[in-house]
Amino acid sequence: MKFVDEFRQPELIQKTADEIRRLVDPSRHYRFMEVCGGHTHAIYRFGLKDLLPANIELIHGPGCPVCVLPMGRIDDGLAMAREPDVIFTAFGDMMRVPGAQGSPLEHKARGADVRIVYSPADALKLAQNNPGKHIMFFAIGFETTAPSTAVTLLRARAQAIRNFSVFCNHVTIIPAIRAILDSPDMRLDAFIGPGHVSTVIGCRPYEWIARHEQKPIVVSGFEPLDMLESVVMLLRQLRDGRAEVENQYKRVVPWEGNRAALKAIGEVFELRPYFEWRGLGFISQSALRLRDSFADWDAERRFQSPGVRVTDPKAAQCGEVLKGVLKPAQCKLFGNECTPERPVGALMVSSEGSCAAYYNYQHRKEQLVSVGSGV
Amino acid sequence: MCLAIPGKVVELLPEYENLGVVEVGGVRRKIDLGLLADDPAAPGDWVLIHVGFAMSKISEESAAEQMRMLAMLGENEAAMQEIEGYGMAEREPPGGLEPS
Repeated sequence: MKFVDEFRQPELIQKTADEIRRLVDPSRHYRFMEVCGGHTHAIYRFGLKDLLPANIELIHGPGCPVCVLPMGRIDDGLAMAREPDVIFTAFGDMMRVPGAQGSPLEHKARGADVRIVYSPADALKLAQNNPGKHIMFFAIGFETTAPSTAVTLLRARAQAIRNFSVFCNHVTIIPAIRAILDSPDMRLDAFIGPGHVSTVIGCRPYEWIARHEQKPIVVSGFEPLDMLESVVMLLRQLRDGRAEVENQYKRVVPWEGNRAALKAIGEVFELRPYFEWRGLGFISQSALRLRDSFADWDAERRFQSPGVRVTDPKAAQCGEVLKGVLKPAQCKLFGNECTPERPVGALMVSSEGSCAAYYNYQHRKEQLVSVGSGV
Repeated sequence: MCLAIPGKVVELLPEYENLGVVEVGGVRRKIDLGLLADDPAAPGDWVLIHVGFAMSKISEESAAEQMRMLAMLGENEAAMQEIEGYGMAEREPPGGLEPS
């Protein structure tokens, strides 16, 4: 309970943890998946596992967009960066993600024009300021970032800015949850639903999980108390034999989501028939691509992307970790060849990747303990 | 990219489509407010920002809580770096918007 003292409302946290203890059935094992990478990060940072009974297992879900992107997509994007007069733009999170031919940062070192942008709108602005260049934006993210890419594309079209294109890697969360539920080696009791994705999509899209899969799901905030409250809500549902969508994060997430954002997504994007996810394989209708009316701004059509398929480095077990079959530390490379400083797999790059989160908090803590006990 | 950064709307900029000035931790940047069309933002409102776009309106209390969360997760520096990096403030209108 290392971090309890620095939490806000420590008494309430203790009370909620006690409530969890009262609610658990000691004779059963609970497997809850937190879908969102932000939750994974928070769980490790706050040491939440220490507050939960041992028979509640938290499984880390696929909600880290950098982590689920197959390596070949990075190589595809970087192939475009090598075209003449192209400026490759991406969020900072992408820069150190390794492709088979190196990361964007390594391409920059080799002379490609690779730049960090913090917003797709800034990539478009770069296009306006550099009429002699073509600016390609490597778009990534779930429904939290897809609306911003959509609005940027609507603006590019409205202003007829033609030296700009988007390499679209936006993915959607619901089909990934469905694929996990369909996976035979994955047995889950309930879900902690993503917080910020839900500000866009709302709570309604999760209803099938409750109705058809009979799994409770609680959309949760990110504070320790939020997540503990969400666990209480899930345990109550399981105790009462209910399977419902509940919203613990009402102060931020409206039930209906953000209609303007959903409208922008619908105007610009359509579902791909299928898309490959690292660890989960091909999932039908799980990603977005640009509609035909935006073909001129679609980097995949402009550059005829090579469609590289690259298998992960053999020894790395990113896929198994992503599916929750292996814990980060069970991967052969974890902490040795693969560290946040020198990542082999994407789960070690992003702070929301379960390997980086585990390494930065749990692993270091354990090392401190073992060093301490040796003295 | 996955950071939701809380900020306070300081003013609307009618000369730019959907842009408004938002203040985060003393830094002012232009943010796109267009996705709040269901419930438009006004000066004084608090918003959650993703990659330069306000995605939802929140209470002042939730904003303070989110900022604290970012600090506890060790993401506050990354958040400020992101805010400072937004280039939508590159070209200021006459009169300027000096960072406070």
